[in-house]
Amino acid sequence: MEILTDLFRKMPGGDGMSDQALLITGAVVMATLMFIVMALCAIIFTWMERKVAGFIQNRYGPMRTGRWHGWAQAVADMLKILGKEDIIPAEAHKWLFMTGPILVLLGSLLAWAAIPWAPGFVAADLDLGLFYIFAVSSLVILGLLMSGWASNNKWALYGAARGAAQMISYEIPLALATIPVVMATGSLNTQDIVIAQQGGIWNWNINPVHNPFLFIAFVMYFIASIAETNRGPFDMPETESELVAGYHTEYTGMRFAFFFLSEYANLFLVSLIASMVFLGGWWAPLPFLDGIVPPAITFIIKGVVMVFLNMWIRWTLPRVRVDQLMHLCWKVMIPVSLISVVGAGFWMILFNQV
Amino acid sequence: MATEEHKVTKGWADQDHVGEVKSELLELNMGPQHPATHGVLRLLLHTDGEIVYKVTPVLGYLHRCAEKIAEGVNYKQWVVYSDRFDYLAPMCCNHAYVTAMEKVGGLEVPERAEHIRVAVAELSRIASHLIALATFGLDMGAWTPLLYCFREREEILNLLERISGGRMLYNYMVPGGVRYDIPKDNWVADVLDFITMLENKKLDDYNNLLSYNKIFVERLADVAVLSKEDAFQYGCTGPVLRGSGVQFDCRRDDPYSVYDRFDFDIPVGLGEMGTVGDCWDRYMVRVREIEQSCRIVRQALETLPDGAYQSIELKKIVKAPAGAAYSRTESSKGELGHYIISDGGQTAFRNKVRSPSFCNLQVMEKIGVGLMVSDLVALVGSLDIVLGEIDR
Repeated sequence: MEILTDLFRKMPGGDGMSDQALLITGAVVMATLMFIVMALCAIIFTWMERKVAGFIQNRYGPMRTGRWHGWAQAVADMLKILGKEDIIPAEAHKWLFMTGPILVLLGSLLAWAAIPWAPGFVAADLDLGLFYIFAVSSLVILGLLMSGWASNNKWALYGAARGAAQMISYEIPLALATIPVVMATGSLNTQDIVIAQQGGIWNWNINPVHNPFLFIAFVMYFIASIAETNRGPFDMPETESELVAGYHTEYTGMRFAFFFLSEYANLFLVSLIASMVFLGGWWAPLPFLDGIVPPAITFIIKGVVMVFLNMWIRWTLPRVRVDQLMHLCWKVMIPVSLISVVGAGFWMILFNQV
Repeated sequence: MATEEHKVTKGWADQDHVGEVKSELLELNMGPQHPATHGVLRLLLHTDGEIVYKVTPVLGYLHRCAEKIAEGVNYKQWVVYSDRFDYLAPMCCNHAYVTAMEKVGGLEVPERAEHIRVAVAELSRIASHLIALATFGLDMGAWTPLLYCFREREEILNLLERISGGRMLYNYMVPGGVRYDIPKDNWVADVLDFITMLENKKLDDYNNLLSYNKIFVERLADVAVLSKEDAFQYGCTGPVLRGSGVQFDCRRDDPYSVYDRFDFDIPVGLGEMGTVGDCWDRYMVRVREIEQSCRIVRQALETLPDGAYQSIELKKIVKAPAGAAYSRTESSKGELGHYIISDGGQTAFRNKVRSPSFCNLQVMEKIGVGLMVSDLVALVGSLDIVLGEIDR
């Protein structure tokens, strides 16, 4: 934000702008930018998902659309989806049916505000940044439950009920896993968390030599983040072989695209949080690279690597059953996350890292 | 709707302090258009949340009157319809029909034709089992094994295309032999190469990727256990019966064609991961049967005799003397039997088919009760039904 306001000041006629006008202009610019980035990442990651799946499954994936490796496939898909008829089932609850997808998209979009892309370049530099991210991404659950219920379809209801149970449960280990980092940093501000990891790969929070409990927390975070995005072996709300398509069975056209967009935005979001909290954010693995590679690029590369890991797991493993999923969350991941919180605290006291 | 069977639940609605809360089971139509029902099977479920209390299979969406048609077309023409029974292993179905027809018609089959029949039927069985693994993995949410299995199936289809001209529906066997001789372009060597590759490498891939995967085993062990007694009661055959630990196989216990000359084992469910007769056992029996089928193909082709491949001219119309015969064969899904009554003409008076999937499917009503919806999908996948055979 500071970068932007400085920029506006330097622009012709910028001197006369009041602080409030600057703030509003900056907010509008940042919001637009975030939305564009999010839409772009949905387009790029759908293409990437197909190519990764093709690579794993011994085939090519899209090869024709746009000539080079079918790069325009996602664009073509979006155009097709835009041209689809928008159907609202006759027996559906109309208003809930219409607001559900918007809430889902809103939940994943709002969280992007607190992502620190580069030093000083964050849409909302909140003191409770990390807390804010987890708080607003809970909106997704509400939207999902609303759309599943309003569809008046039994499969959609199943998907929504499963999805709500799963996402509410997995928010706990997800948030718990980041607490050791907050303790180590002493701040919930997303920029401070990244700044604290300056100085190469051995200063990142993931480094098990520095504090092994932070590494455990990273593993917990990664598993919980897969469940939180409803992907990989934990895609309970969709389970295309069991629940047809889950909560978005009845959706068509742009409303369906909202779910689609939100899935990939969420995927990238949790990957970015992982790289921000555990993998040193915008700092390059070796300190001398910091001056060469722009910080935002480093940050995005780390996010994409995490996304790739996520896709790799999705296309390799079978799906767990819904009760096993809950068992894993409540009886394994939450205790382990709690242990990592306590253990990280003790470790910090023992080795004077406070 | 909420009747006796719901009393088994002790949910929150049954407790006194809640008062008069109306609660009933959810009626859920799984199919006929559903990704996990392997075709157009419709399952009427009564569920309480994730738990299934009643399963009713509703059949008939793929009924094509194949048995009635047998009364109208002559013996040779009906081979085409037998292809369309189990369209994943058409050679096995061809084999079942021509065996019964030859029995009622008293036809001689040359040695060479018998060997070719066994080889192609076993190749077809491998292809069918590969699909069973592939779609079962897909039901469990594992996409990648699907593509791997289809890659190998593609090889088999290419081989069978070279010998029969068809890729899916072969129409290859005729009463009294096979339609074409083995092609001269090194077909036997190619088959043996493929078999060796499958045995040595690919099966390990599947096992590493899917069979012994921790999540996969957890999903399937102790799920939908079919006891030996139930399997007998419902007339289950094939991998479903063998998964329950019964070592019965028509190829060995009631040999037809030339199966008695070959040396092969009959894998049964051992309960390695859980109970004998659970979904994992039924799955694993198929994986192990692929190995055994490979052995049979190798033996059949290595001892391939020279000579004729048909005992009668193709253009000739086949007539069977008046009488009746039943013959049973082991198709990829189980015991496939034909009961053919002849009145001395060139068409059958009646052709009754005993299809394995039809009998195997019936166990759903018994062992599908009390499972979760996800487990029900596993059960359907582990029974490996083909609707073309059930509805005929």
